[in-house]
Amino acid sequence: MKNVKISGLSKVLLLIIAVFFAGSLLVPMWQIQLEAPQYPEGLVLRLHANKIGGDVEIINGLNHYIGMATLHTENFFEFTILPYIIGGFAIISILLIFIAKRKAVLSFLLLYVTFVILAAIDFYRWNYEYGHNLDPNAAIRVPGMAYQPPLIGYKQLLNFGAYSIPDIGGWMLTFAGILMFSIVIKEYKFNKK
Amino acid sequence: MKNKFVKAIFAIVLGSALVTSCKPKNSGDAVSGDAAQKAYVAPGKYDEFYNFVSGGFSGQLSVYGLPSGRLFRVIPVFSVDPEKGWGYSEETKPMLNTSNGFVPWDDLHHTEMSQTNGEVDGRWVFGNANNTPRIARIDLKTFKTAEIIELPNSGGNHSSPFITENTEYVVAGTRFSVPADYSNGDVPINTYKENFKGHISFVKVGKEGEMDLAFQIVTPGVNFDLSHAGKGKSHGWFFFSCYNTEQANTLLEVNASQRDKDFIMAVNWKKAEEYIKAGKGKKQSVKYAHNKWNEKTHTATSEIKNEVLVLDSAELKDICYMIPCPKSPHGCDVDPTGEYIVGSGKLAALIPVFSFDKLMRAIKNKQFEGDYSGIPVVKYEAALHGEVQKPGLGPLHTEFDGKGNAYTTFFVSSEVVKWDIKSLKVLDRVPTYYSVGHLCIPGGDSKKPFGKYLIAYNKITKDRYLPTGPELAQSAQIFDISGDKMQLILDFPTIGEPHYAQAAPADLIRNNGQLKFYPIKDNNHPYATKGEKEAKVVREGNKVHVYMTSIRSHFAPDNIEGIKVGDEVYFHVTNLEQDWDVPHGFAIKGADNGELLIMPGETTTLKWLPKKAGMYPMYCTDFCSALHQEMQGYVRVSPAGSSVPLTWSVGTNLPKATK
Repeated sequence: MKNVKISGLSKVLLLIIAVFFAGSLLVPMWQIQLEAPQYPEGLVLRLHANKIGGDVEIINGLNHYIGMATLHTENFFEFTILPYIIGGFAIISILLIFIAKRKAVLSFLLLYVTFVILAAIDFYRWNYEYGHNLDPNAAIRVPGMAYQPPLIGYKQLLNFGAYSIPDIGGWMLTFAGILMFSIVIKEYKFNKK
Repeated sequence: MKNKFVKAIFAIVLGSALVTSCKPKNSGDAVSGDAAQKAYVAPGKYDEFYNFVSGGFSGQLSVYGLPSGRLFRVIPVFSVDPEKGWGYSEETKPMLNTSNGFVPWDDLHHTEMSQTNGEVDGRWVFGNANNTPRIARIDLKTFKTAEIIELPNSGGNHSSPFITENTEYVVAGTRFSVPADYSNGDVPINTYKENFKGHISFVKVGKEGEMDLAFQIVTPGVNFDLSHAGKGKSHGWFFFSCYNTEQANTLLEVNASQRDKDFIMAVNWKKAEEYIKAGKGKKQSVKYAHNKWNEKTHTATSEIKNEVLVLDSAELKDICYMIPCPKSPHGCDVDPTGEYIVGSGKLAALIPVFSFDKLMRAIKNKQFEGDYSGIPVVKYEAALHGEVQKPGLGPLHTEFDGKGNAYTTFFVSSEVVKWDIKSLKVLDRVPTYYSVGHLCIPGGDSKKPFGKYLIAYNKITKDRYLPTGPELAQSAQIFDISGDKMQLILDFPTIGEPHYAQAAPADLIRNNGQLKFYPIKDNNHPYATKGEKEAKVVREGNKVHVYMTSIRSHFAPDNIEGIKVGDEVYFHVTNLEQDWDVPHGFAIKGADNGELLIMPGETTTLKWLPKKAGMYPMYCTDFCSALHQEMQGYVRVSPAGSSVPLTWSVGTNLPKATK
């Protein structure tokens, strides 16, 4: 039962997982697409592991009407640690190829799931913060209206439709998770020798 | 008896009813069933072609879509435009400078798009100023006039701004021959034959579009009317129609219509270049303005130049040749192959078509019938391909569809006639409403026409639209020419008076790297304010410079005190927006000029001379945002000699409010 070695296929999958983790650092992780009658071409916020990209300046300009705080990369400590965490995940994935124990993979999956849950909570917390902490002197004040973007999915915020979904990096992380889960299933369910 | 009388009356009534019903059908019947469908471009959909239409006496250039006829923009070129601040902002004033000083109006007759290998390339469109002779270049990335060059020794720059097939040159031919600027112009008018000269100008166009008056050719005094460059095999030649070869200086309608034939002047400009290399040109002392717009400083500069190189057509024998052309030729059009040159004698009842090959042979074999003030005159038949017989009355202009057909407008008989270039047979004719001048087929004067639509530009529109008093609109009419028969599909009024127009596939211009806004980091305007923190007001004697910013939805500063009567106030407004379609405007009460429309990232200056003490509101004139009506401010003006200190603020009162 103990120290069951993982198969060659699982090692290949771990290598792919490592590539996904490393690759996700080069592309945006998450995107919030905004659409309004005045912006038929759409605006987009792109969250990378280390910065906010996309039409930040334009969105900051618009947010002053509703009194939302402006977005600046340096105001989020997450951008300083996230690259190291994900880089660490890539290294762990490589190490797992050599450790090659299914229990170790299972532990890593649990760690990763914990990370995803914490990240989602953190993301929600920021969304809530920015959506609710509004300047009381703002030009547009709608009683009871908050501008919290959805954690995932679509929400109408005044004239803007906000669509919050993973970007390329987010999909890479998703596939990394799915592959990890597949390894665990495969090693525990189908490899009972 | 009575009975007979009633019968007679009845017969007369019946008879006249019959006669009336025999009248030609009215214009309403000229539109067939699917016309609306062909001209319909659904809301939100794009047109197939851009149409750059000269504004005539408006001095501007209008941009329409084809086939919808929708007006997109009027680009100010030669006339001031207070709406856009053109000629009113400090930055644009030098664009309208000439050797006669600031000229606020002109008459833009013809447009010509830049070409590469004889095909429209979507970089620039040129326009001519007919009154104070100039050529303008409009940049099609910004849809803005980028450069204007004045032409010395000229009066009425009409045969312009036509170009060679790689935009090597843009030309200009003087409509009025006048005594040259380098000679004494203070002579009796009746010494026309002796003292008046024609000059045609060749303006070199550089890689970035910059224009340079390379040389002029001096000719006998005649009226140059229109021109077109040779292309393909005839590249290297330029053809100018000329009338008043009678050299009349008064009552031209009679005195310039005496000769049976005037000329098309063929100019071998490659040969002219050789003569210049050989040092045959004479430097003459003249004065002309050259005005350039700088996209980095958002400012125009005007330079007065003092010299032009002139070649003498009578002295240098093989540059110019005259081809006789019936009855005061107007249009001078070259077919897409470069072989056929169509001359349109505006009083003629036929259209002569000349052959480039035959012209070359005639010149080689010296088939001349004499000379005209030293310029060889080629025998008419020796250069003639043939004549289109009985095409209509008063031929003016011809364009081509690239399928071997030519389309000629007839002013007097008010129609467009389609004919076969080779066989010279008339194939179809359609009426226009009324009295068509120029016509345009997209790419229709290039090597590669897009023969789908033809637009006729009409001079007279009475009864075509709802009446608007004595002054009525001119009009454009779009015909579908994709089939054998021309079909009228749309008719719409235009701004100004449209003369020549050019059109090009929309994608060619849409995808040419269109500018959406000016990056603020590249703004090198000396009075740019690149952030609200830099906003300030600086007094230099009686000159006050306001370094102002605009961003949705406020100016900074928006409260200014300490301005005095007698001050010259310069509002240098920088639009800090960095997004497409977010212009801001600026206007202040009592300004004796115009407003400013400031594009994102641009800095523009309005000069203001407050004449009496009081409170002067200023505001944004371009509905920029939901809080556009809040985008306003005040300037306090105190009497001359007042001790009110110069202060400025935004958001917080400065000086502080007192209780």
